[in-house]
Amino acid sequence: MRNAFADEIFKLAGADERVVMLSADIGNRLFDKYKASYPGRFYNCGVAEANTVSLAAGLASCGLRPVCYTITPFITARCFEQIKVDICYHEMPVLIVGTGSGLSYASLGATHHSLDDLALMRSLPGMRVLAPADAMELRSCLRAALASDKPVYMRIGKKGEPVVFAEPPPFAFGKWTALSKGDAVHLLSTGNMLPVALEVAGSLAEKNRSAGVFSCASVKPLDEEVLRRVFGGDALVATIEEHGRVGGFGAAVAEWLADQPERPRARLLRFGTDDYYLHDAGEQEHARETYGISAGRITESVLRALETKR
Amino acid sequence: MKNVSHDPEELARLEGLARAIRFELISISHRAQSAHLAGSLSCVDLLVALYWNRLRINPGQPGDPARDRLIFSKGHAISALYATLAKRGFFPGEELLQFNVEGGRLPEQPSPGCVPGVEWATGSLGHGLGVGLGMALASRIRRISYGVYVVMSDGECQEGSVWEAAMLAPRLGLGQLTVLVDFNKWQATARSNDVMAMEPLRAKWEAFGWETREIDGHNMGEITGALEAPRRSGVPLAIVAHTIKGRGVSFIEDDNNWHYRSPNAGEVEQARRELQIA
Repeated sequence: MRNAFADEIFKLAGADERVVMLSADIGNRLFDKYKASYPGRFYNCGVAEANTVSLAAGLASCGLRPVCYTITPFITARCFEQIKVDICYHEMPVLIVGTGSGLSYASLGATHHSLDDLALMRSLPGMRVLAPADAMELRSCLRAALASDKPVYMRIGKKGEPVVFAEPPPFAFGKWTALSKGDAVHLLSTGNMLPVALEVAGSLAEKNRSAGVFSCASVKPLDEEVLRRVFGGDALVATIEEHGRVGGFGAAVAEWLADQPERPRARLLRFGTDDYYLHDAGEQEHARETYGISAGRITESVLRALETKR
Repeated sequence: MKNVSHDPEELARLEGLARAIRFELISISHRAQSAHLAGSLSCVDLLVALYWNRLRINPGQPGDPARDRLIFSKGHAISALYATLAKRGFFPGEELLQFNVEGGRLPEQPSPGCVPGVEWATGSLGHGLGVGLGMALASRIRRISYGVYVVMSDGECQEGSVWEAAMLAPRLGLGQLTVLVDFNKWQATARSNDVMAMEPLRAKWEAFGWETREIDGHNMGEITGALEAPRRSGVPLAIVAHTIKGRGVSFIEDDNNWHYRSPNAGEVEQARRELQIA
């Protein structure tokens, strides 16, 4: 995903001379083409994320469109108050991009895991939160984010993730993309878990259970039209995210559900990471397995829930 | 801008403005029973020198893209900026009666764009310099020439984000950026140099790559002199201004209780006499 980001931001910077890239010392060689073409609009702000964010807000207040880019925990949790005060309180059109989100950098340890960024960012008034599924959806999200004049946070993965979409899909804030229809369960997947959701759908199909799959890149705002539709039926609804169950995408859906005047019939399952930090070594798949959000573990849980339902 | 640091008449005029603004702050604190009076009084002379003698601004066009920008980073002392802006013509002086009045547009710490002339909503310390860096960098990217001035407190210099910004500004060659530290030697609960190793403060900025000047922050000649003297090209400037918290009123000066308390009617009258307000 990050290569697609570098390529797309290069194109967008060519089309809009207000775009300014701020890296907090990340992206070794990734932005060489950008830097060579637009040297006056790329700044390595150093290992100093708080200042990177305040500086971005200052740029935005003078008519520019800055993009802050580094590893997710450092550009969200570490500088949360700068994002709150300088970007969101002032409603500055700054795009914050967290790379290596969720468990993408599992092997680097919990310092580099971001299982709280969706919770943090969506708690900020006026902040819009995006989690594209793959390199193609990332391009759509990035275009929409820079076309918007409001604060946006976008979490992206690392490199080499499976590409699901053949081309950048249509994207709008508050709209999700349906990939398949089903009548046993609706899988609402956000971010890089889409390939997992599709695998789950495949496994369920083998058991004669059909699953509808949605890519929910717009975490805030939610797609309320889709929510009303899926919760209005009898099928299970499952949220899938590489993020903590506290405060994340599934929690946002649960909040929406709790606020409905009529209690919907459908049951909600939330797949995300549990309330502990990982301590052992291992890659992303190992981490997902441990947290119970691998395709196999999710399939088991969904099948169990379907049995109970009957 | 006309150089005035050796013009006694002009300096006397600025000093008169500063006295009037100080009395306004006393009145505001009395009416609103608001805190942070002493830290507001300590930076008045800096603001007067900037707003009447340095900033290229037009109160009638507060959004002019080519205006100089002043970020008042010590937001707790905002009454000093409100009173300065009102006197400078950004909004009617009567509006100061609305300070911290419910539903009004003059909160006890500023909100974004609350009144014309307030460039940034501050109050959480350590934000102003980074934002100022962004504004200064934007001047270069957009090829619009203007200066950016950031007024900070000494306690604020304990925030790590200040030094993140301080380390980047010289690297970016932001010569249009000026920091003024209102070094009144106090923070909320103690002497600033007793809480953290503030001193030598000037040397810290110098070591970070800034051009530095150290002045008496209540001497109008020194303030205007530090602002108008030629400076090194492409190097940000930090002015460490030695000040007295509560400056101008004998019973408030250097008494840190006035970080919290507000004057009663009798104290307002005494302040009026000391400030020679009719």
